[in-house]
Amino acid sequence: MSISRIDARFAKLKAENKAAFVAYIMAGDPDVEASFHVLKGLPAAGADIIELGFPFSDPMAEGPTIQLAAERSLKSGTKMAHVFDLIKRFRALDQDTPLILMGYMNPVENMGYERFAKTASDAGADGVIVVDCPPEEADGLTDALDANDMALIRLATPTTDDNRLKTLLKRTKGFVYYVSVAGVTGVKEANADSVKDAVARVQKASGLPVVVGFGIKAPEAAAAIARVADGSVVGSVLVDDIKNSLPEKAPVNTKVLETAAILAHAVHTARL
Amino acid sequence: MSDLTEPAVLTNSYNLPDAKGRFGDFGGLYVPETLMPLVLELTQAWEDAKKDESFWAEYHSLLKFFVGRPSPLYFAERLTDYYGGAKIYFKREELNHTGAHKINNCIGQILLAKRMGRTRIIAETGAGQHGVASATVCARFDLPCVVYMGALDVERQKPNVFRMNLLGATVNPVTAGNGTLKDAMNEALRDWVTNVHDTYYMIGTAAGMHPYPEMVRDFQAVIGKETRTQIMEQEGRLPDAIIAAVGGGSNAIGIFHPFIDDENVKLIGVEAAGHGLDVYNGHAASLTGGRPGVLHGNRTYLLQDDDGQILEGHSISAGLDYPGIGPEHAHLFDIGRARYVSTTDTEALEAFQLTSRLEGIIPALECSHALARVGEVAKDVGKGGIVVLNLSGRGDKDIFTVANAIGQTMSGM
Repeated sequence: MSISRIDARFAKLKAENKAAFVAYIMAGDPDVEASFHVLKGLPAAGADIIELGFPFSDPMAEGPTIQLAAERSLKSGTKMAHVFDLIKRFRALDQDTPLILMGYMNPVENMGYERFAKTASDAGADGVIVVDCPPEEADGLTDALDANDMALIRLATPTTDDNRLKTLLKRTKGFVYYVSVAGVTGVKEANADSVKDAVARVQKASGLPVVVGFGIKAPEAAAAIARVADGSVVGSVLVDDIKNSLPEKAPVNTKVLETAAILAHAVHTARL
Repeated sequence: MSDLTEPAVLTNSYNLPDAKGRFGDFGGLYVPETLMPLVLELTQAWEDAKKDESFWAEYHSLLKFFVGRPSPLYFAERLTDYYGGAKIYFKREELNHTGAHKINNCIGQILLAKRMGRTRIIAETGAGQHGVASATVCARFDLPCVVYMGALDVERQKPNVFRMNLLGATVNPVTAGNGTLKDAMNEALRDWVTNVHDTYYMIGTAAGMHPYPEMVRDFQAVIGKETRTQIMEQEGRLPDAIIAAVGGGSNAIGIFHPFIDDENVKLIGVEAAGHGLDVYNGHAASLTGGRPGVLHGNRTYLLQDDDGQILEGHSISAGLDYPGIGPEHAHLFDIGRARYVSTTDTEALEAFQLTSRLEGIIPALECSHALARVGEVAKDVGKGGIVVLNLSGRGDKDIFTVANAIGQTMSGM
């Protein structure tokens, strides 16, 4: 499975003329058990692909929402071992939904590339995004991921020109993540018109599906992106729902899964 | 030194970093993709500037007439007598305009920013010395300046916050994490990734992603080059040892680098041991109490837990309170060319007071860490020997912290 799980998911969506709804949550937010209840509910809510953040103390490309999610996760005691355990439990319930780990380099370095790749793959992860690992520094990690049939997903951005795109796309698999705005997660708003050309350019250069994220909040915006790209990624809005449920005694997963279902519906019906 | 066109860039036999920005196993370019084109553009601009005589002419002219260089190499006679070992010299970086070595780097970087056509400057600061130096050059060159500073540091370095405001800079307190230097650096990087088109990030120490460790070193190497010339004039030979405090490590690499090929010159860096190296998360000694990892764009020694999460660390000195260290120091440590020792908060406070009383110089808490070890080094080298200490900053900014720590009040101040 692994990379083929990603390929199979995009093939299925393409046959249905649908874009992917990609949902991001932070592992261990607000704690490991609660995040498992969110994670296991996401496919039924309509998530086609899941990005599971692994927390880092110094997330330099995140806006306040995901910074705070990482803080909550670490404060509740989340370790990398818990993250892999979450994936394992998820895979016992769902063998088809691709799961991509997303985070920063140091926890990966700390484990060692080989051990990270093998542990993640054995748990059932299909790919990884390492925000602060550009292609220039990625050879060792890519070797380890290749050996374990996992994809290193690349971020293309508004600052990526054609030359850079060539460098960027070497050894990438699965799909490409287009960062719709120059900035941190969840602050600026993405605009479908302005990303349309960029998505087409990345699709052409990579021959891979291109999903768009970093500034998508409302269902309408997610739908607009779904018309011009192969997928819409939503993170901060879902993470905010988790945060906002905390003072209540209601289950953490109720509101976030409702929001996910609304977003998924908007994305899946966008091209009708 | 009188030659204003002399390139500041010094080559020596080890000639690092390599083309990938590596010092042995350390350094590199670990940044989000949005920043990659900017960092590569910066590298190109720096490579061009390095070869441009007019760039260095302007840099040296500003160092002479605006900063007040060369800074004196001063024989610390009473401290020498007190320890009874080698002669101790101070490289008087605290006499520079703005009171520390930080301005040397800011002069170089503001010229580069102008050259690149950038219209907005951002900087991070710990103790506030780099923030003040950045605000100073931005005022001089008429560019808006935003300084990120940890909220805790804003509290413990109020005089410098006031200085930055006077100079026209905006100081943004950062409350994330512990509110210290690493959090300020995270926030500055978030600003840069958001304002990619007009903003120049003026990093204050010889750390971060390539080309900063090399560039900051080359702008600070003026310290070591002057020291070479001055010690030859005053003593007719090179020193036996050079000692400097290391946080990120810019003042230390600045004075070390021109001596790396002189194997008879011992290089000693002093890290902040805070409450003690045996206190978990209670010190800021990345080399002697940490292990390699990746943070803020480079691979280096870091304070981190078993799971790779970065620790906050602790030092009484806001300028040393950082969980990493410049990659060239990590390399010098690994190959054994420089030796790294550490000083606790308490020892630094004692050295701060001793130097004030014996030499009539109030040193910054940062270089008080080196002062606390200089006696041992002087005794080790022995009579007839020469030790140079980089007195990297003046201590006026620290008087509140010191008064608080030694239990005196300064009512009315």
